[in-house]
Amino acid sequence: MCYAKHLKMSHSTSIDMSELTELYQEVILDHNRKPRNCGEMADFSRQADGYNPLCGDRIKVFLRLDGDHIIDIKFQGTGCAISQASASLMTEAVKGKSLDDSSRLFEAFRGLVTGNATDVASKALGKLIVFGGVSEYPVRVKCATLAWHTLQAALEDQGQCTTEKSNE
Amino acid sequence: MTRLESTAPPAQSANPSAGLNVDLIRSEFPVLARKVRGEQLIYLDNAASTQKPRQVIEAISDYYSQHHSNVHRGVHTLSQEATDLYEGARGRVGQFIGAQDTREIIFVRGATEAINLVAHSFVRPLLQPGDEIAISGLEHHSNIVPWQLLCEEKGSQLAVIPVTDDGEIDIQEMQKILARKPRILAINHVSNALGTLNPLREIVAAAHSEGVPVVVDGAQAMPHLAVDMQELGCDFYCFSGHKMFGPTGIGVLYGRLDTLENLLPYQGGGDMILSVSFEGTVFNELPYRLEAGTPNVAGVVGLGAAVDYLTGIQMAEIQDYEETLCSYALERIEAIPEVRIIGKARRRAGVISFIVGSVHPHDVGTILDQKGIAVRTGHHCAQPVMERFGVPATVRASFAFYNTRQEVDVLCEALEDVAQYFN
Repeated sequence: MCYAKHLKMSHSTSIDMSELTELYQEVILDHNRKPRNCGEMADFSRQADGYNPLCGDRIKVFLRLDGDHIIDIKFQGTGCAISQASASLMTEAVKGKSLDDSSRLFEAFRGLVTGNATDVASKALGKLIVFGGVSEYPVRVKCATLAWHTLQAALEDQGQCTTEKSNE
Repeated sequence: MTRLESTAPPAQSANPSAGLNVDLIRSEFPVLARKVRGEQLIYLDNAASTQKPRQVIEAISDYYSQHHSNVHRGVHTLSQEATDLYEGARGRVGQFIGAQDTREIIFVRGATEAINLVAHSFVRPLLQPGDEIAISGLEHHSNIVPWQLLCEEKGSQLAVIPVTDDGEIDIQEMQKILARKPRILAINHVSNALGTLNPLREIVAAAHSEGVPVVVDGAQAMPHLAVDMQELGCDFYCFSGHKMFGPTGIGVLYGRLDTLENLLPYQGGGDMILSVSFEGTVFNELPYRLEAGTPNVAGVVGLGAAVDYLTGIQMAEIQDYEETLCSYALERIEAIPEVRIIGKARRRAGVISFIVGSVHPHDVGTILDQKGIAVRTGHHCAQPVMERFGVPATVRASFAFYNTRQEVDVLCEALEDVAQYFN
């Protein structure tokens, strides 16, 4: 019954997991499985909802601010591994940071995932560097930046944002 | 205005008992030889758009290289050649789907435009406030939104035929809706999201017994099935060239001649008129009355070449091969413990929709792409279907006659690894 037994294909019989590490690095998979700072916050000072219509990813970000510092952050969300891991790693990265520092981090992160990273900016990214592989997949950039846009919306006191309007 | 005779089997057809020569077929689709991310391309996104055989690519190239001019005007040689190619293709498309008359074939941009044409020129003038338009819960957005727009304008209502847990049309509920005499029933032949093959003859008969006309979205049926208008009996049948190995930007509205005669013009412009003055315009005859402006001549030539190609292979052969291939694929994909198939219709064609555990379909799609495997992930322009089955999105593998069991095997091995990897 095999109509195509003579076809020659270069496929190996299974995925070589090392090929996947560029995008789906272990850190990303881990944060997708066990997201950090995930849940509701009762006494938040700011909150915003983000939506990525392409994938249907949804992220809700809660912030507690003290002056110009983010003293606590939590998120809730559903969506692809890239979006959820990005939200989780973002909360770790910005907790305790000043608003200026968190904005600078977003700029550096955006540079990284769109393939416009600079050495100086990348150094500041720390663990977030695991998202470097996203730049090879332009349609997935908005998955990675959704949490950051939502954070931005919360900081600007806009209740919601969608990735449709971002020009990544 | 030619009456169409039934077609004799084409001379170049393969020996029916031998089955398809898939090696030869694959060699005729240039893109199938390319690599994606270093791997041999495995193209399983045929429900979104099929690939093109050399015969179609060359027909378009030859048309532009040798014969291009505007059609239906001018006495010069090129205009005559272009017109002959355009009208010749109309005749062959008509024969391919069992139309009785070439005037029953209206060239449009695609199935979407065909449905919009029926909505605008056939249903709109009939529609009164309070009237209903019946559609099924399995429809593509292109067979939902035009009717919603019309309902909004006219104060009419959509009546949606529910879908069973297996992904089939609920025939009893359909009967109840038809008994309320909606102005039209708009339904697909094959569901793009689940692969359900609807029992169209039965559905059309039920609608007609209530005096309800039927427009069929046939975009997903054309690449898989032998489709015969006389057998189906529907009033309108809509399809797209690019989903049946032809070019993008060209499609067909088939309508029964007596029905088409009553359609209002869809768009005004050149080619659809006999004479124009500022006091009034005399419209042209069918099919030109419904084809305003310079048409997509190269698209029609390419569609004609696709029809010739499929006629040469024979749709019955394609159907046999694909049934075996899709049964095999369904069996193998279903056997992966983490996989849940969405839509288990008894009769299906070409499409398998599924989810892999809790892994988001876009992650599955990206990982498969890294192995050169192209599948569609998302809502497949059928959000109500996704909602019905409680999933935001699915992975969809959709097949054509150039796909092989070996490709199915590679897909399944990759899916097993995805499940393990995200565990």
